[in-house]
Amino acid sequence: MSRKQMPGVIGVFTAADLDDAFPAGLPMVWPITEDIKIPTHWPLTKDVIRFAGDAVAVVVAGSRAQAEDAAEEVAVRATELPVVLDLEEAAKDQVVLHEDLGTNVVVHWSHGGGGDQAIFESAPVVVQERHLQPRLIPNAIEGRGCLAYGIPAAGEFTLVSSTQIPHITRVGLSITTGIPQTKLRIIAPDVGGGFGSKLNIYAEEALALALARQLGRPVKWIEDRQENYLATTHGRGVIHDCTLAGTEDGKILGLKFVELADMGAYFQLLTPGIPELGGWVYMGPYDVDAYWYEFTGIMTNATPTDAYRGAGRPEATYVIERLVDAFARRIGKDPAQVRRMNLHPPHVDAQTSIMGLNVDSANYEPTFDRALELAEYDQMRKEQAARRESGDVRQIGIGLSSYIEMCGLAPSEILGALRYVAGGWDAAEIECRPFGKVVVRTGTSPHGQGHDTSWSQIVADGLGITPDDVEVLHGDTAVSRLGMDTYGSRSAAVGGEALRQAVEKVKEKARIIAAHELEVSEDDLEWADGAFRVRGAPDKARTIPDLATSAWQAHSLPQGVEPVLEGTAVYDPPNFTWPAGTHVCVVEVDTETGKTDVLRYVAVDDCGVVINPMIVEGQVQGGVAQGIAEALYEEAVYDGSGNLMTSSMTQYLIPSAMEIPDMILDRTETPSTTNALGVKGIAEAGTIASPPAVINAVVDAVSHLGVTEMGKPASPERVWRAIQEATKGSPGVSGGLDGATPAQQEGGAS
Amino acid sequence: MTQIAVTVNGTRREADVEPRTLLVYFLREQLGLTGTNVGCDTSSCGACTVHLDGESVKSCTLLAVQADGREVMTIEALAEADGTLHPLQDAFHRHHGLQCGYCTPGMLMAAASYLKENPTPTEAEVRESLEGNLCRCTGYQNIVESILDAAGQMSGAKS
Repeated sequence: MSRKQMPGVIGVFTAADLDDAFPAGLPMVWPITEDIKIPTHWPLTKDVIRFAGDAVAVVVAGSRAQAEDAAEEVAVRATELPVVLDLEEAAKDQVVLHEDLGTNVVVHWSHGGGGDQAIFESAPVVVQERHLQPRLIPNAIEGRGCLAYGIPAAGEFTLVSSTQIPHITRVGLSITTGIPQTKLRIIAPDVGGGFGSKLNIYAEEALALALARQLGRPVKWIEDRQENYLATTHGRGVIHDCTLAGTEDGKILGLKFVELADMGAYFQLLTPGIPELGGWVYMGPYDVDAYWYEFTGIMTNATPTDAYRGAGRPEATYVIERLVDAFARRIGKDPAQVRRMNLHPPHVDAQTSIMGLNVDSANYEPTFDRALELAEYDQMRKEQAARRESGDVRQIGIGLSSYIEMCGLAPSEILGALRYVAGGWDAAEIECRPFGKVVVRTGTSPHGQGHDTSWSQIVADGLGITPDDVEVLHGDTAVSRLGMDTYGSRSAAVGGEALRQAVEKVKEKARIIAAHELEVSEDDLEWADGAFRVRGAPDKARTIPDLATSAWQAHSLPQGVEPVLEGTAVYDPPNFTWPAGTHVCVVEVDTETGKTDVLRYVAVDDCGVVINPMIVEGQVQGGVAQGIAEALYEEAVYDGSGNLMTSSMTQYLIPSAMEIPDMILDRTETPSTTNALGVKGIAEAGTIASPPAVINAVVDAVSHLGVTEMGKPASPERVWRAIQEATKGSPGVSGGLDGATPAQQEGGAS
Repeated sequence: MTQIAVTVNGTRREADVEPRTLLVYFLREQLGLTGTNVGCDTSSCGACTVHLDGESVKSCTLLAVQADGREVMTIEALAEADGTLHPLQDAFHRHHGLQCGYCTPGMLMAAASYLKENPTPTEAEVRESLEGNLCRCTGYQNIVESILDAAGQMSGAKS
């Protein structure tokens, strides 16, 4: 190759050229079992290209266009190897991705079960189903990108990256590149969405740093959308064999799930832990006597999977809620009635669930009842009956989904027991500047969640100032020293609580100074109307800005009190938080074309105490939209050779404002007992609850025609074929292929 | 290199561009107007929406040379020179019409152009007008509300 002749090209590098650059491969931080088999994952592959997206060379040039021109000239001499994409085929190890591991079956984990497992065979009613959930592409509208620069002679480097996790990235990339953490700064500026896809440490980040070090100049990389689809982590990609044990009158006795999970071609940061995250919620909000969950993680020649909004919990909720509907159909009862009679009884304090962890608080019935009320459930059933009676082309379906989720990740002690490498704490620092402004440094790293707004509210409420006087700084390891970043609906429940505790520390110190200045004992002061006031003489008062100024001046501080009014808290949650809720979806299915329209969507969630209702509603709306997308439109499809067929936004169908309905939202409020704020978390609820609500509605719309099976996405073609098969017995999608798309079938046959 | 002269946000800008340079990269990299975002490179997401001679276009679909002799307006010029927000920006702010903010410049430019065509749209019309602009955060509900609110403010101000 004539690299020197290509204009602007600075260098072309393969793994061999960068052999000394990486003392270790890319990090995976959740080796969930002792005997997990972990493939080495180098930033550039050294031998085998294991998936479309496994980079073999990197071109550095003066401009993107020059680099892309040169990259097109890179000739790869490769021998074609067989590929395996189907999970059950991959498990047979006829084609093994990582020779040194000897198998594609790299991890098996079980929750260990609870209750009498015999019930799954002896119960009066046993419902068994298999469900396939296709791979999804997270699609943050801002792709990934990074800029590495530094002072090579001093060994100091900065990486600006579109990441959700600057603090974790500093630790991980230090290990991969050998740059000491003390010399590595990560900056995550305003990040354009993540949804879990930027909860990772990627090859391109490691390469940019290594090349900046090697070339002695800044190196920038910006992902295009096709690269995003190929190389940024995917979500879901699982198959469940599901069993529900119940009684004829509708009591759910037990829930059992055996899952196969597509890991993709390598582990990314958390890959094997994602199914396990769902492993704690497979009982749903129901009071069951027996519980079983296990999963097997399998390598395939596809993009690595990892967290995508909900991470394990949407997969769990989908199969539970599909199964509950199947159970209701089997015993001829209304699915709402079956759900309601099985809801776990309320508890104000934390209570141990059948899966072994403590649920912080629960009160599911009011949430459930409110959802049905807002959906006008009974009236919709009447409307449905009328349309069925008249044989209307457009049939109505009503789908329910009740869920519980595990948020506020996470108590470090439990993470340790689950073999996660890091802790689950978070940190906040408050610095009260003189003359009234307050600087907050948070360890959370928002990318659309509005922490600036909510954190300002927590501090303003606590310190008696206005939110406008609070400046929230985040996403820079040199600014907010300590943190564990943003994912898993943890920010308010962990980072927000850390901030509340920092507020209390500021006030403790402020009280001492106020007592000194007002010449009273601390006990004579009370906090009222945004100031420390002398009891009985409220005009004698000091505000936080007053006290911040005197603490900064330090002219006359009480003995032993250090200058500057500030407070830092590092908070490790004693428990997870457990939001819950019920969503109802009403759809209209055109039985001639298979097209589904969402007529009404109701979400009633209980995320504990709400700090900012507008932000909470925004999170629900966005989450539900992603869930509707998952149910009706989105699916990553590979051909039989491992080419991603849905490799652009023109093939991977992201819904627009035309497809997503106006939603009817409400909340109940059951305070969390885990943190003093009482918050539980809301960022993933919509994505967890909505896919089964929508699919249950689609099935419900055509169940009277005999349709009981429906895969995701419920595209017009899939719905149409299901109706054809049920009504005419015509060839098409067979029951055994529920969930497989026509494209996959073609791919598998070719 | 080709020489072009484009009036961008009211100022005439002359520049040499590679013929293959897309308008969005000309704006971002040569003029430093980084408010216009790139989301997909394939004209699907609309994050790069700007106005060309007053109509909304996806600036990743056009070559910079196609803007020669024409007027381009970007998100940087939507607010008043004194910083007063455009009614759409104000409405997005009040209605929580954005979360990560990446699609927002495109949404605003698309909506600004649409409200000129149709100052008093229905909700369904607003939704239809946004078909070429994807948002992954909001579920669109607050974006639609923001645009309807702004339409009310703007048509109210005119009458």
